[in-house]
Amino acid sequence: MNEMTPPTAAERTDKLQGMGCRRKRVEDVRFTQGRGNYVDDLKLPGMLYGDFVRSSYGHARIKSIDTSKAKAVPGVVAVLTAADLAPLKLHWMPTLAGDVQMVLADGKVLFQNQEIAFVVANDRYVAADAAELVEVEYEELPPLVDPFKAMAPDAPVLREDLAGKTSGAHGPRKHHNHIFEWTVGDREATDLAFRDAEVTIKEMLSYQRVHPSPLETCQCVASFDKIKGELTLWGTFQAPHVVRTVAAILSGIPEHKIHVIAPDIGGGFGNKVGVYPGYVCSVVASIVTGKPVKWVEDRIENLSATAFARDYHMTTEIAATKDGKVTGLRVHVLADHGAFDACADPSKWPAGFFNIVTGSYDFPTAHCSVDGVYTNKAPGGVAYRCSFRVTEAAYCIERGMDILAQKLGMDPAELRLKNFVRREQFPYQSALGWEYDSGDYHTALRQGMEKVGYTALRAEQKAKQEAFRRGETREIMGVGVCFFTEIVGAGPSKNCDILGIAMFDSCEIRIHPTGAAIARMGTKSQGQGHETTYAQIIASEIGIPADDIMVEEGNTDTAPYGLGTYGSRSTPVAGAAIATAARKIKAKAQMIAAYLLEVHHDDVEFDIDRFRVKGLPEKFKTMKEISWAAYNAVPPGLEPGLEAVSYYDPPNMTYPFGAYICVMDIDVDTGVCKVRRFYALDDCGTRINPMIIEGQVHGGLTEAFAIAMGQEIAYDEIGNVKGASLMDFFLPTAVETPKWETDFTVTPSPHHPIGAKGVGESPNVGGVPAFSNAVNDAFAFLGNTHIQMPHDAWRVWQAGQKLGV
Amino acid sequence: MIPGTFDYHRPKSVSEAVALLADLGEDARPLAGGHSLIPMMKLRLAVPRALVDLAAIADLRGVRRAGTDIVIGATTTIAELIASAELAVALPIIRETALVIADPQVRARGTIGGNVANGDPGNDLPALMQCLGASYQIAGHAGTREIAARAFYQGAYFTALAPGEVLTGIRIAPPPAGHGWAYEKLKRKVGDYATAAAALVLTMRGGQVASAAIGLTNVGDTPLFAEDAARILTGSALDKATVDRAVAAAEAITSPASDGRGPAEYRTKMAGVMLRRALVRAAARATH
Ligand SMILES: Cc1cc2nc3c(=O)[nH]c(=O)nc-3n(C[C@H](O)[C@H](O)[C@H](O)COP(=O)(O)OP(=O)(O)OC[C@H]3O[C@@H](n4cnc5c(N)ncnc54)[C@H](O)[C@@H]3O)c2cc1C
Repeated sequence: MNEMTPPTAAERTDKLQGMGCRRKRVEDVRFTQGRGNYVDDLKLPGMLYGDFVRSSYGHARIKSIDTSKAKAVPGVVAVLTAADLAPLKLHWMPTLAGDVQMVLADGKVLFQNQEIAFVVANDRYVAADAAELVEVEYEELPPLVDPFKAMAPDAPVLREDLAGKTSGAHGPRKHHNHIFEWTVGDREATDLAFRDAEVTIKEMLSYQRVHPSPLETCQCVASFDKIKGELTLWGTFQAPHVVRTVAAILSGIPEHKIHVIAPDIGGGFGNKVGVYPGYVCSVVASIVTGKPVKWVEDRIENLSATAFARDYHMTTEIAATKDGKVTGLRVHVLADHGAFDACADPSKWPAGFFNIVTGSYDFPTAHCSVDGVYTNKAPGGVAYRCSFRVTEAAYCIERGMDILAQKLGMDPAELRLKNFVRREQFPYQSALGWEYDSGDYHTALRQGMEKVGYTALRAEQKAKQEAFRRGETREIMGVGVCFFTEIVGAGPSKNCDILGIAMFDSCEIRIHPTGAAIARMGTKSQGQGHETTYAQIIASEIGIPADDIMVEEGNTDTAPYGLGTYGSRSTPVAGAAIATAARKIKAKAQMIAAYLLEVHHDDVEFDIDRFRVKGLPEKFKTMKEISWAAYNAVPPGLEPGLEAVSYYDPPNMTYPFGAYICVMDIDVDTGVCKVRRFYALDDCGTRINPMIIEGQVHGGLTEAFAIAMGQEIAYDEIGNVKGASLMDFFLPTAVETPKWETDFTVTPSPHHPIGAKGVGESPNVGGVPAFSNAVNDAFAFLGNTHIQMPHDAWRVWQAGQKLGV
Repeated sequence: MIPGTFDYHRPKSVSEAVALLADLGEDARPLAGGHSLIPMMKLRLAVPRALVDLAAIADLRGVRRAGTDIVIGATTTIAELIASAELAVALPIIRETALVIADPQVRARGTIGGNVANGDPGNDLPALMQCLGASYQIAGHAGTREIAARAFYQGAYFTALAPGEVLTGIRIAPPPAGHGWAYEKLKRKVGDYATAAAALVLTMRGGQVASAAIGLTNVGDTPLFAEDAARILTGSALDKATVDRAVAAAEAITSPASDGRGPAEYRTKMAGVMLRRALVRAAARATH
C-alpha cells in the first residue's frame, strides 16, 4: 500500500478488531506469564490468617467447644465461635434464597465439615496447628442423607431454628424438613392430556450432586480501618456489588465505607456467587483485631463445604400420540438443598428457571412442581456453569425425549424434528410461561446430523449390535443426541431480583482526549475474557480500536453497580449496557463531528471509525479527532467530555440453543466409555469473538463430560462426605478429554441491541444430556430405558450386568 | 492441607541415615520422593516428628548389574526406571508399569523404594515385584538383610520393614530372554491408582506355558501373588477353559475395598479382566 492511499473500509474495520474478530485474549498476556493478580497474591503488612475448625459429623449437637489450648499457641490472635459472633448478630446470616444459615455452628452441626470455629493467627501454619487443638464435644444425632426420606413422618428434625414455622420464604412448608413447594403450569389440562394420551413414559431421572471446580478456591482478605471506619474486602466474588450491599446490611457499616474488590478470579462456575462463612469471619476477625485477615480455603474445604450444584431428582412424564407428537409434560422434582437453603437464584425463583423444562418442543400443556427439602449435607444449589437450574431442566427433557423415542420405536433425532417449535412460531409462548425470543431449531439439528453423517452412524451402530449379539465383539456403540434451549441473561426487573435489587447491569465508558478509552462494568470476568470481548463491542459501536480500550471490572468504588457474572448474563445484560452506553457516546460524537464539519448533524453518518458528510465521503472526522475535539471544541450548549453511563434492564431473557451429537464406544467388560466423536453446534446469536466462543465451548464440554461421566459429591449413610478431593472427584486431564468439534448457526436475539445471547454455559447445559443419552442409547437395544449418572466405569459395567451382557 | 511441625534431616550415607533413625526413634520416618508421605502429612494422617531425607545419599540411586541380577537403588525415581536402557532390555515390564503410575510430575519425584516400602496396596510396583520374584535389600542399625517381596507385605501400610530400617535396593533376577510380559491396569484417569491391575510374566515352550507368575494390584490389603492361577496356566496352551479357571483362581484370592473406583464385586471382576488381557498380550510377546 502506498502511504498516500487511504485505507480501505475493510482495512479500517480490521484495525478496530471489533465484533466478529478472532481477537486474541488480552488478559492472557498476564495469565500465561504468571502475572495475574489473585486474592492469594495479596500480602498486606501485619496480615493475619484464618483457618476453620470443621465438623467431624453430619448431624450432631455441640455440647462444648474448648478453645483454650488453641488460644495458648504462640501466634494465635483469636479463636471465634458462634458465641463470639452472637452479640454482633453475625452467628447466622441470611441466604440468597430467603433462608438463614449458620456462620459458625450454633448449638448443632448439620453437615460434615460445617464451620465451627475460626482460628486467627499471625502465620498460616500456626493457624492450622491451633485449629487441631480446638476441642469440640459432640453428641451424635441421627443423620438424614436420603432426600426421599426427608419428609417421612419420623425423619429427624434438622432445623430446630424453624420449629413452628409453617411457611418459609416461598410459601407453606409441609413438613419440618420441607423448604418450599413451587408449582407452575396447568395441572388440570396436563392431567387430561395424560388421561387421553396414546403413549406415555415415566422415569425418575436423577442429576447427582456435583460441585464446580475452579482452579482457584474461594478466598478473601478483609481489612478494617478503625480510624476511617472503612472496610476493604478483596475476594473471589462473581458479584462484587451484591457482596458490598450484603456486607453493609449485615455489618451495619455504611455502604460507601465498604470497598469490595474482586481482583483476577481463577474460575467461578457459580461457586463464587454466594456469601460464605469464611468471608463473614474474616471481616469480623479484622474488626476485632484491627489487622487485615486472609482466608483461603483448600480443595477439600471447597468441595465439601462451599456451594454444591444439582442434586435434583426429577420424575418425568411425557404424553404423546402414537405417531410421536408430544401432548403433555409433567415433572415433579425432589430437590435436595442440604442443611440450609442457600441456592443462588433470583429471589422469586426457588427452583430457578426450571420451567424451561419444556425445552425446544411445542408442548401444548405442561405442569411442573418442585419440592425442596433439607438434608444433612452442605448447602448450596448454585448454577454450575448454567443459568439457574437450566442444566437440570435440559437433562430432564432431553433424557425424557430419548426415552419416549425408544418407546415409540422412533429415531430420537426424528422425534425432536417432529416436535420442535418452528421458526415461524417465534416469539413463542411456552406452556410453562416463558417467551422464547427467537430460534431456528430445524436448521440447526439438520446441519448437525449432516455434519456427523447421522444416518451412517445409525447404520454402523446397527451392524455393531448384530456383531455383539453374535458374540463377535464386546464393544457397543451409542449415539447421543441433545437439542437444548437455554434461558439466560437474568433478567428483566419485572420478574428478576436478588435481595430486592433488580437484575440490570451497567457500563460506563470514558473516551480520553487522545481517543483511548476506559470502560467499566458491573459484571466480573472469572476467565470468560470480558476484557477482550467487551472492548470489541465498543470498538464496533463507536469506531475506536479495541486495543485502545481498557476494560475494568470488580472494583465497586469505580465500577457502576451491577449484578455480576453468572447465568450467562454478562453478554445479554452488560453487553447490552455496553452497546447502549456506546451509542450515547456515538450520538454526542455525531454532534461534535457535525459541528467540526460545519454541517447539520442529520447530514453526517457513521462510517466504521468516523463520521462523514452524507454523499461526501472525503469529508469526515475520525473518532480520534472527535475525541480530541470533545475536550476543546464542543458545539455551543454541549458539555465538554465524551463519556456515558448506561444501566440496562433487559426486556426479556435470551434463548441460546444448540444441537450436540456424541458418539460413544463402550467396553462392556470393564464399563469403560470412550467418546469417539463429539459435535457441538451452538447458536448464541451474534458472535462477538468466535475464538472465545470456541474456547468457552471447549471448557464447558469438558466440564459436562466430567459431570456426566464421573463427578459426584456422595455421602455415606451416616453423612460422611465421600470423594471430596481431586483424587476421587473426577476432573479430566488432557488425556481423558475428548476432541471437540464446534459449529454454529446465527439467529440474533431480536430484542438485544447487538443480537447476542450468551454462550459460556451452553456446552454444560447441552453436553451432559448428550453424553448421558449416548451411554443410554448404547444399551437401549438390550432393553435399557435409563441408567443414572454419573456414567463412571463401574456403574456402566453394573448396568450391563443387569441387562445380562 | 498443611502438615504439622516436624524436623528435617539430610544424611549423606546409609549408615548416617540408619543411625539418625535409631536416635530419633519411632516418630521419625525416611523421606524419599515424598509423594506418598507428604500428602498423608498434609491430611495429618501421618504426623512424623522428624523426616530423614534419603535424597543426598548418592549410593542409593541408579540401576546396576550384580552378576546376572539387576539391582535398582531405592531412590531411583520412577522416571529413571522409564528412561533406563538396561531395564528396557532386561525387564521391559518395569517400564510398562512405570508408565502407568501417576503422572509425569509424580514420576519425576516418586522413587521405587518409596513405592514398594510404603505398603500402600494401591501402588503398582509391589505386585510387580512379587511377580518378578524380587527381593528387598534392607539396612538397619543391626546390619543388613534381604527379604523376598512375596514375604514383605503384611497388611495395608504394614510391612516387614522394622522401624529404623531403610530399604536400600531391589534385586531382581531377570526372566529369560524371549519371555512374555504385560502389566494391565484399569484406572479412572491419569494419576489414579488402579481399580485393579495385573502383572504377568510368562515363558512359553512349544506352544505351552512353561512358567508363569502373576501379581495383582489394589484388590486386597496387600499386593497379591496369584500362585494358584499361575500353576493352573503352567503346561497349558492357554485354551479358554484353562484361562477361565486361572482367572477364577485369581479372582478368588481378592478382597478389594469398595470405594470410588467401584464396589468390591466390580473390582474383583476387573482383576480377572486385567489378567485375561495381560495373558493375551504376554503370550503374543513371548517368542518361544
Ligand atoms: C497424585 C498421585 C498419584 C499417584 N498414583 C500412583 C499410581 O498410580 N501408582 C503408584 O504406584 N503410585 C502412585 N502414586 C504414589 C507415588 O508413586 C509415590 O511417589 C510412591 O508410591 C512413593 O514414593 P516416594 O519416593 O514418593 O515415597 P515417600 O512418599 O517419600 O515415602 C513413602 C513411604 O515409604 C517410606 N520410605 C520411602 N523410602 C524408603 C526407604 N528407602 N526405606 C524405607 N522406607 C522408605 C517413607 O517413610 C514413607 O512412609 C501417586 C502419588 C500421587 C501424589
